[in-house]
Amino acid sequence: MKPFRKYTGSVVPLNKSNIDTDIIIPTEFLKRTERTGYGQHLMYYWRFNEDGKPNEDFVLNNETYKQATILLSGENFGCGSSRENAVWALHDYGFQVIISPSFADIFKGNCSKNGLLLIELDHTQMEELYARERDNPAFSLHVDLENQIIQDKFGWTVSFSIAPSIRHKFLNGHNDIDLTMAAEGNILQYEKQRAFYMDPFVN
Amino acid sequence: MAPKTLFEKVWVKHVIDTSLDLPLLFIDLHLIHDVTSPQAFTLLKDQGRKVRRPDLTFASADHNVPTTDRNLEFKDLLAKIQVETLINNCNEFDITVYDLDHPDNGIVHIIGPELGLTTPGKTIVCGDSHTSTHGAFGAFAFGIGSSEITHVLATQTLPQAKPKTMNIQIEGQMPEGVSSKDIILSIIGKIGTLGGVGYVVEFTGSTVKNMSMDERMTICNMVLEAGARSGMVAPDETTFAYLKNRKYVPKGEKWDEAVANWRKLYSDPGAVYDKTVTINIADLAPQVTWGTNPGQVTSIDKSIPSPNSITDSTKRTAAESALTYMDLIPLLNMNEIEIDRVFIGSCTNARMEDLRLAAKVAYGHKVQNNVTALVVPGSYHIKRRAEQEGLDKIFIESGFEWRNPGCSMCPGMNPDIAKPGDRVASTSNRNFEGRQGKDVRTHLVSPAMAAAAAITGHLTDVREWNYKGGVKRNEAFS
Ligand code: SF4
Repeated sequence: MKPFRKYTGSVVPLNKSNIDTDIIIPTEFLKRTERTGYGQHLMYYWRFNEDGKPNEDFVLNNETYKQATILLSGENFGCGSSRENAVWALHDYGFQVIISPSFADIFKGNCSKNGLLLIELDHTQMEELYARERDNPAFSLHVDLENQIIQDKFGWTVSFSIAPSIRHKFLNGHNDIDLTMAAEGNILQYEKQRAFYMDPFVN
Repeated sequence: MAPKTLFEKVWVKHVIDTSLDLPLLFIDLHLIHDVTSPQAFTLLKDQGRKVRRPDLTFASADHNVPTTDRNLEFKDLLAKIQVETLINNCNEFDITVYDLDHPDNGIVHIIGPELGLTTPGKTIVCGDSHTSTHGAFGAFAFGIGSSEITHVLATQTLPQAKPKTMNIQIEGQMPEGVSSKDIILSIIGKIGTLGGVGYVVEFTGSTVKNMSMDERMTICNMVLEAGARSGMVAPDETTFAYLKNRKYVPKGEKWDEAVANWRKLYSDPGAVYDKTVTINIADLAPQVTWGTNPGQVTSIDKSIPSPNSITDSTKRTAAESALTYMDLIPLLNMNEIEIDRVFIGSCTNARMEDLRLAAKVAYGHKVQNNVTALVVPGSYHIKRRAEQEGLDKIFIESGFEWRNPGCSMCPGMNPDIAKPGDRVASTSNRNFEGRQGKDVRTHLVSPAMAAAAAITGHLTDVREWNYKGGVKRNEAFS
């Protein structure tokens, strides 16, 4: 993972709650064995009409938001299946940051492993953000993970909290597996004293 | 010592390091399948890592497999590649794989318990969110993403934030025609799809105590849909009787020793949960979802709620958009909703008791002409057993299709996908937009309710069913 400290990008508002991973990447596009190339199918049923042409009414297809890399969304974003493809699709499409009142548990974990930053703001702050966006469509936001603040160019600033473990990992670009490997001694020792009935019994 | 909950007992036994950002958990059993593992193996190989404990890793091809004649060529080339990739990866890393033609093949969450791989006190992970199913045995079992699969393959551990604990105490005798599926649907309706976020749920109470393992698996399976990390039930005699003599459990004296240890896995009197919810199910009616998340649910003898009556604005908007997608109008009686398809299957409801209850309803009746109805057993074991009991004949004579095991219509990613616009009565666990195919409308129900809907052509209250004999209810549980 590349370190993530500060980031500036323009926003796109998608103010809907419970956007689940089936919407983010429909199951029919999961049949690849690679980790790349999912962006083209992001929110496919929302982005495209039956005839395969872009659905012009959907916000991501609006010219104003074509360059957006920060997604504003409703609560419980990423609920549903554990498919990490949802994160790859969002990332591959170009999103670097998602801001929402809340995210689903597994989705959060998956994002933290792929460098997609999730920021939770409360409902009042979200409403303010949506209002500011309405006044200045696709306005750009500056995300400062080090100081845990979001700012726009008009001086509006809001601070956010984030799990220290995730912040630490993003700032340093750590790879989880390497971090775990540092505890190799503990794993070996644990394996030695594990009860026999925790293993599959083989005759 | 301070009293501990069941979850805490399992948790402390598995934390092997606390010096990192998150506690590091040892994983006892890692199940993998065709859809989420390929990328994990790619990442593993790209980073030049090995599988640390192939002996604790088991694979089954289930998600994207055809459930029709297995001798026919895969119609879907990509699905074929996924299954072949799974098999090649398992062979390369020496992992036991239950391939499509293996007699033990089936849905991962069904074969884990069936083979005795799922046992009390274990930590179990799988790249599928319904891994919580295994919690029915007193294991701490949860779904993980592909990067985490790589992590477990490489280290047999996983950094995990410690969840909070919730006790859902279920009391009351299950009414006739009501199943554990109805119970869990009503719980999700009550606590909401966010009600369990951050928690591991322990199911307690007299109702749970009296449940069979198949029933416990159904409630643990679906607690995920309330946002919970996992569900658990303390192991007891029912659990041990189910597991005894299964393929991978200890035998002889070793069995006794294992059981003696498993008996210690319960929540101590006075153990404190972060939250407790009590539910009485004595008057519960069969449940049916009307919306696009499992919390949008009501009783079969009620009508679709009017969004105007919902005070919470977020919930109201969600209800309005769900009704648009579902092509339903407020106040319509649930039992007037006509359906095009029925799916009896998935890791929620494709076990023996589910099939017996459905067969009992189907016996002597005929599926409506315009309804396509599939019965997809959860594993080959279940398929063979059902055939020994003659359930296949009951289904086939009634006009149901009798299939080979797999996830089938649950994830909507294999040939068993429904047509756009189809309305499905489904025993699976998710009614999300597009889950069972583009524009497909899903109503989640119990197996008995699904069978009844296939026969009448509309959602039907199974409590008023005209049983014509066949499987008796008390025979359904063994
Ligand atoms: S049946 Fe559905 S929920 Fe269960 S493992 Fe298969 S896809 Fe997942």
